[in-house]
Amino acid sequence: MSIFAKGYQARKIRRRYLERTLGSIASVLIIFWLTINFIKSPSQFFQASIIGLSNGVLYALIALGYTLVYGIIELINFAHGDLFMLGAVFSANFIAIWFGKSSSSPGAWLVFFGCLICVMSVSAGVNVGIERFAYRKLRRAPKLAPLITAVGVSFVLQFIGLRWNGSGPKTWNSVLPPGQFEISGVTIAYTTLYAIAITLPLLILMTWIVTRTRQGKAMRATAQDQDAARLMGINVDRTISFTFALGGALAGAAGLIFQQTRGLTSYNLGYQLGLIAFTSAVMGGIGSLQGAVLGALLIGLIQGLNDGLPIGLGQQWSQTVVFSILILLMAFRPTGLLGKPVTEKV
Amino acid sequence: MTAMLEVKDLQVAYGAILAVKNVSLTVNQGEIVTLIGSNGAGKSTTLRTISGLLKPKAGTITFLGERIDGKEGHLIVQKGLCQSPEGRRIFPRMSVRENLELGAFLRNDKTVIAEDFEKVLELFPRLRERIEQKAGTMSGGEQQMLAVGRAMMGAPKLLLLDEPSMGLAPVLVDMIFETIVKIREQGITILLIEQNASAALDVADRAYVLESGTIKMSGKASDLAKDEAVTKAYLGG
Ligand SMILES: Nc1ncnc2c1ncn2[C@@H]1O[C@H](COP(=O)(O)OP(=O)(O)O)[C@@H](O)[C@H]1O
Ligand SMILES: [Mg+2]
Repeated sequence: MSIFAKGYQARKIRRRYLERTLGSIASVLIIFWLTINFIKSPSQFFQASIIGLSNGVLYALIALGYTLVYGIIELINFAHGDLFMLGAVFSANFIAIWFGKSSSSPGAWLVFFGCLICVMSVSAGVNVGIERFAYRKLRRAPKLAPLITAVGVSFVLQFIGLRWNGSGPKTWNSVLPPGQFEISGVTIAYTTLYAIAITLPLLILMTWIVTRTRQGKAMRATAQDQDAARLMGINVDRTISFTFALGGALAGAAGLIFQQTRGLTSYNLGYQLGLIAFTSAVMGGIGSLQGAVLGALLIGLIQGLNDGLPIGLGQQWSQTVVFSILILLMAFRPTGLLGKPVTEKV
Repeated sequence: MTAMLEVKDLQVAYGAILAVKNVSLTVNQGEIVTLIGSNGAGKSTTLRTISGLLKPKAGTITFLGERIDGKEGHLIVQKGLCQSPEGRRIFPRMSVRENLELGAFLRNDKTVIAEDFEKVLELFPRLRERIEQKAGTMSGGEQQMLAVGRAMMGAPKLLLLDEPSMGLAPVLVDMIFETIVKIREQGITILLIEQNASAALDVADRAYVLESGTIKMSGKASDLAKDEAVTKAYLGG
């Protein structure tokens, strides 16, 4: 072994040691901070966690769309966040304008579920169309070409949102049953729970589709090797379309849930939440479905705890905290939390 | 004898580069036919085009009396034309079992699939031991067995094998060639690509010699094995 190799080995060991020490210190500090807060006010801790999780599941719905598409054609679909935005605007129009519902009633709940089905179908269709007409031709082109196209599609969708929703944010009434409950002096709004209650079944359904169905098998095969998938008789084009449909449907559902639980739409929602959702996907390991959900829940929780705990940096630091953690994590685990490529022997 | 596969005047290009210039070949029911030629001659390109991964620039491909040139790959597999590609191309993050199941992706005859699954594991007992292992973590030889086994799971009438012995230890090479003969005994027709020309000519009935995109010679495998030019160029004699 040459002297250079030895030096390299030593540096590598020292670096690993340093990483482990820093990681341990950071973990201890975070646990310390959480414990203090928990002791100081358990109920507030609980409230912050619930709010955080409720945001997290919403991020997860959007993050899955990024990671599904990246997993199958290695494209960062910049337009995905804007699809979510259009889903929110569509839902607002569907419920409040086309069906004229602005308060909770059994009829309005029916409209809500009708809207869920419609917004998921329409978003799925739009996403399939985007792939078909904007990305498919570029599948064998250098990676930069579809990336730029995706940015372009993002602008197109934003422009549609701008024309449809106007240049400022709009507020809407929720048609879901209003109310809140109290535990030891802390109130939690029902809307927080609705997001979780609607999202969880969707996440489970989606996991089932990917891991248990024939289509899911085709997706995983196509993601690993397109030509080999073709040799198995898999219709690769259709499989990719299906993946975009799945991601689009989830983004549409997220749009409705956001619009109904936050009561807000704006043409640049895609930028705000899309960025967070994309960050979740990267944090979890882009391409990994469990990773996207894990990353999203973590980011939701981090934000919730940071914003809601008695001793914390507060809401104005929310984004800073999230991205600082992302940067630290990326420095030490470039593949994200669950994104570890299997070593392929030759 | 009826021609199962007939390739006529095939030309295939990558962009401006003509990789296959003039290939005509026939594979009859029940035969082992081998296509030999040095590295870069255009063997894999020919097979990839037959399987529909590439579109021909000119020429026709007929399989069981039907034109398949230019058809989508998945439609060709459906007709019973399966390929074990060059470089194995197994799905690395899936288990051996999942890989084999994917081989039968287009079939829905559950009981027959189960029988074929057993047949493949009998052909390659090693795969049975590794059945739940992630394919990407197996040795090269095991991956090769899996690639051939996976193609067998498609219930092929015609099996295309692209360099199944590439990079394997000599013992394994022998084992692969023995298996090829066993596969033919199951009634499956085989088109085999090999760099190991002497072993290929040993098991094959007929052979074609491909040189820079053009078929230069063809005939009975035993005759070609004795041919001076072939011996000199491909058998190291
Ligand atoms: N994807 C590709 N793009 C451009 N040229 C290619 C590609 N694949 C193969 N070629 C070229 O086509 C020719 C034939 O290659 P190939 O069919 O792989 O040969 P063989 O299998 O006989 O070794 C070679 O000159 C090779 O460089
Ligand atoms: Mg080759």
